[in-house]
Amino acid sequence: MSNNLQIVAYIIASALFILSLGGLSNQETARKGNLYGMAGMLIALTATLLGQGVSHYSLLVGVLLPGGMIGAIVASRVVMTAMPQLVAILHSFVGVAAVLVGIANYLQPNSTLVGAEATIHQLEIFIGSFIGAVTFTGSVVAFAKLQELIGSRPLLLPARHWLNLALLGITVGLGVQFMTTPLIAGLTPLLIMIAIACLLGAHLVLAIGGADMPVVISMLNSYSGWAAAAAGFMLSNDLLIITGALVGSSGAILSYIMCKAMNRSFLSVILGGFGSNSNQSLPGVDQPQGRVTATTIEDTVKLMQTAGRIIIVPGYGMAVAQAQHALAALTKLLRDRGIQVRYGIHPVAGRLPGHMNVLLAEANVPYDIVLEMDEINSDFPQTDLVLVIGANDTVNPSAIEDPNSPIAGMPVLEVWQAKTIVVLKRSLASGYAGVENPLFTKDNTRMLFGDAKSNVELILTQLNPHPVAVLT
Amino acid sequence: MVIANGKVTSANETATDSHSCPQHIGIPKEIHPGEYRVAATPDVTKTWQRLGFTVLIEAGAGEAAHFSDQAYKLAGCEIVSDPQTLWGAADLILKVRSPEMHPLLGVHEAELLREGSTLISFIWASQNPQLLERLGARRATVLAMDAVPRISRAQKIDALSSMGNLAGYRAVIEAANHFSALLGGQITAAGKIPPARVLVIGAGVAGLAAIATARGLGAVVRGFDTRPVVKEQVQSLGAEFLELSFAEDGNGQGGYAKVMSQEFIQAEMELFAAQAREVDIIITTALIPGQPAPKLISAAMVESMQPGSVIIDMAAEQGGNCALTQPGQVYSHQGVTIVGLSDYPSRMAHQASQLYGTNLYYLLEELGGASDYRLELSNEIVRGMLILHLGEKPLPQQPTENGNTGEPAQESLPARQKQPQPPTPKASSPPPIAATAPSPSAASVSPADQDWTWLLFTGIALLGVGTIAPASFLSHLTVFVLACFVGWEVIWNVKPALHTPLMSVTNAISGIIIVGGMLQFLGDTISLPMILGAIAIFLGTINISGGFSVTQRMLRMFQR
Repeated sequence: MSNNLQIVAYIIASALFILSLGGLSNQETARKGNLYGMAGMLIALTATLLGQGVSHYSLLVGVLLPGGMIGAIVASRVVMTAMPQLVAILHSFVGVAAVLVGIANYLQPNSTLVGAEATIHQLEIFIGSFIGAVTFTGSVVAFAKLQELIGSRPLLLPARHWLNLALLGITVGLGVQFMTTPLIAGLTPLLIMIAIACLLGAHLVLAIGGADMPVVISMLNSYSGWAAAAAGFMLSNDLLIITGALVGSSGAILSYIMCKAMNRSFLSVILGGFGSNSNQSLPGVDQPQGRVTATTIEDTVKLMQTAGRIIIVPGYGMAVAQAQHALAALTKLLRDRGIQVRYGIHPVAGRLPGHMNVLLAEANVPYDIVLEMDEINSDFPQTDLVLVIGANDTVNPSAIEDPNSPIAGMPVLEVWQAKTIVVLKRSLASGYAGVENPLFTKDNTRMLFGDAKSNVELILTQLNPHPVAVLT
Repeated sequence: MVIANGKVTSANETATDSHSCPQHIGIPKEIHPGEYRVAATPDVTKTWQRLGFTVLIEAGAGEAAHFSDQAYKLAGCEIVSDPQTLWGAADLILKVRSPEMHPLLGVHEAELLREGSTLISFIWASQNPQLLERLGARRATVLAMDAVPRISRAQKIDALSSMGNLAGYRAVIEAANHFSALLGGQITAAGKIPPARVLVIGAGVAGLAAIATARGLGAVVRGFDTRPVVKEQVQSLGAEFLELSFAEDGNGQGGYAKVMSQEFIQAEMELFAAQAREVDIIITTALIPGQPAPKLISAAMVESMQPGSVIIDMAAEQGGNCALTQPGQVYSHQGVTIVGLSDYPSRMAHQASQLYGTNLYYLLEELGGASDYRLELSNEIVRGMLILHLGEKPLPQQPTENGNTGEPAQESLPARQKQPQPPTPKASSPPPIAATAPSPSAASVSPADQDWTWLLFTGIALLGVGTIAPASFLSHLTVFVLACFVGWEVIWNVKPALHTPLMSVTNAISGIIIVGGMLQFLGDTISLPMILGAIAIFLGTINISGGFSVTQRMLRMFQR
């Protein structure tokens, strides 16, 4: 395949990638979008394989086939609640690949480059490998946290900002050394830098708490894009640059949306430690006053039977308890009885942007009754019953009512404006942000303690004592 | 940490102004003729006390609204018989109407205000410049209940909304009172009764409440508003939304209406003239903030109406929407009753006082209660409401950018994006003004300035790259920057519900990095770069196939 043909193929592939992301803008076109992405990828890879000078096809096929198979198998087996982990570990692969491509590119010196071009090429290799390494270890740590291989509490080393700064400083120093060293001899500073970048990536993510995982994942998503773009620069390959830039800006926008949903700045999230700077200022002031009203399955069922409008607010707890299927059955039953049932989703509910939507979709909850916070927040005052399932910080009234709360100003689902709220929860423990939730002691709140899944199933059986109605 | 609305303040800022915390709230009796409301009901005063305040109330203040002194006493309030003592003793005066000349004492209420104390009430500052001067002379701090910003967080404080709601209801009741037929249609043994036709002009809070009430009584209701965005709200209440063929959006700042063009008004008047011949009741609520009410119903239109029809002009106080309105009067013009009352909330003083008092409660809570009382300019609500601070006009108010959809809760995203984060946490929250004298310099670093700084930096950086970098790099940079912008534009359209599939697709796409691995397969012999490339390809391929197939699996689940 000639060079020109290859470029044309790359143009088509880039366009298909853009169409793919555009297609995801709504549910109707999303599947087509994904197909565009696959087509783009196929064209790009074929064009590269048939390009001038590529040889050793047996080895290429030898790695392409098993890689593709492993990916497909993992993707078909993974449960939807484990989606965040999967996304995290996949990001780490892109990180490693970027590092490897960087090193390989360095070892294969391109003698045609001289002067400024050579310098820029060196710089591109250095930066590309750096981003790749940070993405790699960052993603691995995020994976470990989500898979609960390590605790999700933030690791807050003393002087951790200085540590990060020091690591960055060393990186810059190594960069200078790398740039000034003649070819091949620069490998040592490059490898040391990669090791340091790995340390930096791990430390950055270790310092971030579990509740901030949506931001971390989308941030790593963004990094993996920038890593690909950097590889594109070093290889002078526009396809990589375009694709990397698309992915990079996508991740950046997602991070921005997540941060906004928590009313926190991006810097304060990635520098880590939710509550680390707010807890000391107000020791023990957050204790809620008032009594918690516990309720029973029977009373909850009664509430449901008399309610006309119900909103269900799920959180990460629903994913943990795997309650989405029972919930979907409950939704169907209530809707069949003419009760309006809708879902309210907070942007940062779960451990991944859009996590709740995927879980509810998996359980066959129709997507047009699953609404975003902004769409549903004004409807709570006209709602008879709100079921809060495994959500805590995202329904915390102190975000609005208490200016001293660590989550003050964070937009939340204002469930307390409904007539009655039933909170399904294991215990009175506070959420990830470590903030007490005055919702639990409001007059119109009832607490239904216990496992969310078995409680929803019990409600189901009580609500529908004769699952098979036989007409005789 | 940097928080957009600056609610977080450090401990030392809180400590400095603790000495100036107001403790005593005074509720004077309203002296405006015909004003029956009172700033709080006995129940509401209990909630204020829960915030740590002591409440003093003038004897007989609640009488007109049917709350006895005894009830206030039982609620824990202190009854003060002499208004002068009350005004003098209170740190915070909470009332309904703006201060005016006291008919019994012969002094202006502003003069009664203790020097340096705080007044919270309706003020209508732009219409009342002399009042501001008087209050300024008393070094008063004044929060205007008519200036609550239209943001969702402030809705519970918005007394214009709570009063407008009551007014809209009452307007229909008054109309029904003067209308000599049924509002709802009926088919009876004695014949068929057609439903009354009601036209409501202006679909603000009062207009919507009027629509809902008239619908509730069975009338056929039509609504009109210059802001097309309220169409859905009007329709959701069961009314027909009248539209002009003329396209112009009347949405002004903060969800209020603005002045329209001449052509628009022309078309509008034609519509009203046609409607006037058809409808039985016209309720007008059209107001533009800080301006006299627009004249919408001409004398000719009134005369074209059926005898026995009713016009309720809710804008009477601001001059009226109807040319024939006589403010404060109810009279008949050629058989059409024109009601120019403006005291609708006061006619439901019991309920109105309850709602107004609750609005005040949320305001007091927003200000931190008695123990933690603070006027923070960084708080958008305070910034909007603060008319005077210790007799001085506060810093110029920044217009807020929201409300362009008629739904005050909406904040426009792009506006937020443009604001770069201030570099240090300290710069983000201006200190509470109670702690230090207000300094105009505090507001001088506006987001716009920072925008310029960023632009400048970017410009210099690009200039630097342009002089040093070779052409090949620049062409790649062009591609890169354009791709970033394309991504930026495309991704904003993605629904939040699809963020997870978006991530897995972008993840699959970023597996394109294996192209980089493939380009290492150039030589004849298997070299180290080639092996590294092979590993990269292996890992990247897992990404590609895994990412795409898991996305496909997820998307298949989304169903209506």
